[in-house]
Amino acid sequence: MSAEAIQTRRDWLLSDRPASRMQARLGRAYVAWRRFSANPLAFVGLLIIIGLLVVAAFADVLAPYSPTIGDLKGSRLLAPSAAHWFGTDDLGRDIYSRIIYGSRWTLYVVILVAIIAAPIGLLVGTVAGYAGGWTDAILMRITDIFLAFPKLILALAFVAALGPGIENAVLAIAITSWPPYARIARAETLTVRNSDYIKAVQLMGASPFRIVLRHIMPLCISSLIIRVTLDMAGIILTAAGLGFLGLGAQPPLPEWGAMIASGRRFVLDQWWVAGAPGFAILIVSLGFNLLGDGLRDALDPRSGDQ
Amino acid sequence: MSALLEVDDLRVNFPTRTGLVQAVRGVSFSLGRERLGIVGESGSGKSQTGRAIMGLTPPQAEVTAKKLAFDGIDLLAAPARQRRALRGKRIAMILQDPKYSLDPVMSIGRQIVETLRTHEKVGKAEARDRALAMLEAVQIRDPARVFDLHPHEVSGGMGQRAMIAMMLIAGPEMMIADEPTSALDVTVQLDVLGILDKLVSERGMGLIFISHDLRLVSSFCDRVIVMYAGKVVEQLKASELRDAQHPYTRGLLNCMPRIGFERHPLPVLDRKPEWAA
Amino acid sequence: MSAAENQVAARRGSARAVTVLSAIGRFLVIAITTYLGLLAVTFFIGRVIPIDPVLAVLGDRAPANVVERTRREMGLDLPLIEQFYIYVKNALNGDFGTSVLTTNPVMTDIRRAFPATIELATLGTLIGSVIGVPLGVLAAVRRGSLIDQIVRIIGLIGYSVPIFWLGLLGLVLFYAKLQWVAFPARLDVVYEYTFTPITGFYLLDAAMQGQWDVFYDAFRHIILPASLLGYFSLAYISRMTRSFMLNELSQEYIVAARAKGLSERRIIWAHALRNAAVPMVTVIALSYAGLLEGSVLTETVFSWPGIGLYITNSLQNADMNAVLGGTIVIGSVFIAINLFSDLLYRVLDPRTKAG
Ligand SMILES: Nc1ncnc2c1ncn2[C@@H]1O[C@H](COP(=O)(O)OP(=O)(O)OP(=O)(O)O)[C@@H](O)[C@H]1O
Ligand SMILES: [Mg+2]
Repeated sequence: MSAEAIQTRRDWLLSDRPASRMQARLGRAYVAWRRFSANPLAFVGLLIIIGLLVVAAFADVLAPYSPTIGDLKGSRLLAPSAAHWFGTDDLGRDIYSRIIYGSRWTLYVVILVAIIAAPIGLLVGTVAGYAGGWTDAILMRITDIFLAFPKLILALAFVAALGPGIENAVLAIAITSWPPYARIARAETLTVRNSDYIKAVQLMGASPFRIVLRHIMPLCISSLIIRVTLDMAGIILTAAGLGFLGLGAQPPLPEWGAMIASGRRFVLDQWWVAGAPGFAILIVSLGFNLLGDGLRDALDPRSGDQ
Repeated sequence: MSALLEVDDLRVNFPTRTGLVQAVRGVSFSLGRERLGIVGESGSGKSQTGRAIMGLTPPQAEVTAKKLAFDGIDLLAAPARQRRALRGKRIAMILQDPKYSLDPVMSIGRQIVETLRTHEKVGKAEARDRALAMLEAVQIRDPARVFDLHPHEVSGGMGQRAMIAMMLIAGPEMMIADEPTSALDVTVQLDVLGILDKLVSERGMGLIFISHDLRLVSSFCDRVIVMYAGKVVEQLKASELRDAQHPYTRGLLNCMPRIGFERHPLPVLDRKPEWAA
Repeated sequence: MSAAENQVAARRGSARAVTVLSAIGRFLVIAITTYLGLLAVTFFIGRVIPIDPVLAVLGDRAPANVVERTRREMGLDLPLIEQFYIYVKNALNGDFGTSVLTTNPVMTDIRRAFPATIELATLGTLIGSVIGVPLGVLAAVRRGSLIDQIVRIIGLIGYSVPIFWLGLLGLVLFYAKLQWVAFPARLDVVYEYTFTPITGFYLLDAAMQGQWDVFYDAFRHIILPASLLGYFSLAYISRMTRSFMLNELSQEYIVAARAKGLSERRIIWAHALRNAAVPMVTVIALSYAGLLEGSVLTETVFSWPGIGLYITNSLQNADMNAVLGGTIVIGSVFIAINLFSDLLYRVLDPRTKAG
């Protein structure tokens, strides 16, 4: 492709008089992408998350040993070596393999929480924003009440009642994390509710249900995605905390938080047993934080450096 | 009369991601103890000119000039310390909107005293007395009360008077007023202008009065500079404004509404790229 | 002053009186509904989710007659709404039932554990603010510089690291390897018997009684967990300070302050930071609340006998009364701090002050 062709394509994308909605949308995406890729830290975040996905997908191939069955006789609490990169735990299991398989549980938690919490928030926020009046006042009061709770402690109490287990941990985290999404969705809804566009749809006789579902919800998606991405690290940390307290994933699942808990007893002598999974949590959370920051800066220039 | 301020070929550039923005492109003029008006449409570089003289352009801006001298001091070569000592003491500036340009969490009195005590060694009590006197000079009726008020507790007109008091208390020789009345109600505008006018002439200060209101400038100033796209397109005496030659100035004149003349359609300001060249 | 200006001032005065009243009303509504909400949720967790709440409270080894008595005591034969009413009444009286584990009333246990948690969180917030605010200011003033990047990275890691893990590593390094700090506990065993706390804040108590050896020992025990919590609040506080400072530094009044000839030092600390301080109070309060919440994990790692450890110990023994009592107390303090910071904001910001 000639330099000239690239130049004109760039101009077409950056045109301030787009000829079609398609061109405008692509142009916006292009600008956002340029802003995003100009931010090296955000890029690192993206790489980390892609890495996480790859590791989770190919865990079977990547892991040299079984994550759950160890060699109790010959290889308990071995220090890191060529055979066991991160050493072995008290049951003789290879920590490196367990961490690789653990990535699946991390993804499992964040994806499920996002799938449960984001739609709840979206629904509450859009309905409150569109309906206004008492509906809005009551829904938002409930949202604010939940927002004022200590999330971790509440999740803890929930799991205590529901019984330990990774599914219940997911549920408890989801129940405590929807309120910010509701606030965001409501704010977005309020900005478009009185727009000519929505008025036109109303005139055409669309039902409120349809308007909220087809016309308002899609507009809230992008800010919601940013917020969910920014929350991912928090979700991972909460899940790991629950795992550490023995409320999340149960043995022998190779969940990182639970792995730290089981390594705690030997931490003064065999620090790597607890050290390695914690490092994995740190890297993945960092990845989500960097990615979220980058996305926010790229898609929402107003919040630029704040 | 030697000039108080000399500006020759002043340029202000902003390097941005999309290229170089030339906000001011070779502005030259000189100022004695007189009133000079700068007019031009929004974005023509008036404020950046004023701020370049003050040394208050944002850090990423590049300011160059063949000459930028205040009372013989080369401003661009002067160390930051010296420039800071000049600001507020010998050169002052009034900003457009008192609502945003006064510190919202500091009382008006303390903000005025602060200017004074930055530049002169005066005791607390004396500083307070002089601030009160200054508040009276800008025709605030109850200075002792206003002294303790916070900016949000006073009206726009009073805020702008407080701003004038804050900037004049150290007795500057030159003042840059950047649209000092644009944010005010019409009724209050004239009051504030009157006060400014009186103080400037009493103290024999040089004044640069920035505005986009040509009528106001011509009634208030001795001389007028017309800016367009970062350049001076015309410089003339306020009294000779009617004989302006440049089509842009004529356009600005025509755009001004005059009572008694009904005009349809409203005239549209002409802009030609070659004027900016 | 012109007549028009007077009129404007007068109108503002009366509008403000109305605002103050409605602000108090709003505040009360928010406070009451939030507390009721908290109690409703813990009620739901303790009474609705478990198939048999009595078993959840007593464990499954309790004799049948005790189960029956407790069932009646808990009012489980009443309709839910009535049960909730009794529940709220009891909670307001500080009656959270009895702990199976310690056999004390839950409130008694909590009262004993509370000062330990507060002492830790307070010291943590202190460390976080004293370091975090200047770092944030520096990052904002030198925006884009190396120091800004470093502050940013420190903050990002603080947001991303599991606190309990960092605590464990801290113990390995500073206790086991370097022996700079004492083992996980509040005091050495020798002092358990010679030291009588007054307020329950050991540092304070030791200093008041002039027992400097105890003070030093308490310090060696608290410093690691407090620094750890301090790091977390530092991450949050420095980031928010930076953002508030950038916002303030771009305001017109900063240009005006420069036009007055003020030094950069004075502009940054006396004007920009003073303005940023108003929202900063909220941030520091929120981070304090966050540390209280984080105490569950930190106290577990450091065997710190506060509410967090009380909750996790009770969890392990399925002692639901204790868990929910601890949850309500931490939740209440958390909510109170939230509300209080809101009030403080109004007091600090002259724009919202009454009069
Ligand atoms: N920080 C900056 N970065 C890039 N460009 C800037 C910056 N500040 C100002 N400019 C540009 O400089 C030009 C002149 O701005 P200036 O504020 O001097 O205009 P003005 O004549 O005062 O207009 P107004 O009447 O609206 O106040 C504008 O086109 C503006 O876009
Ligand atoms: Mg301007």
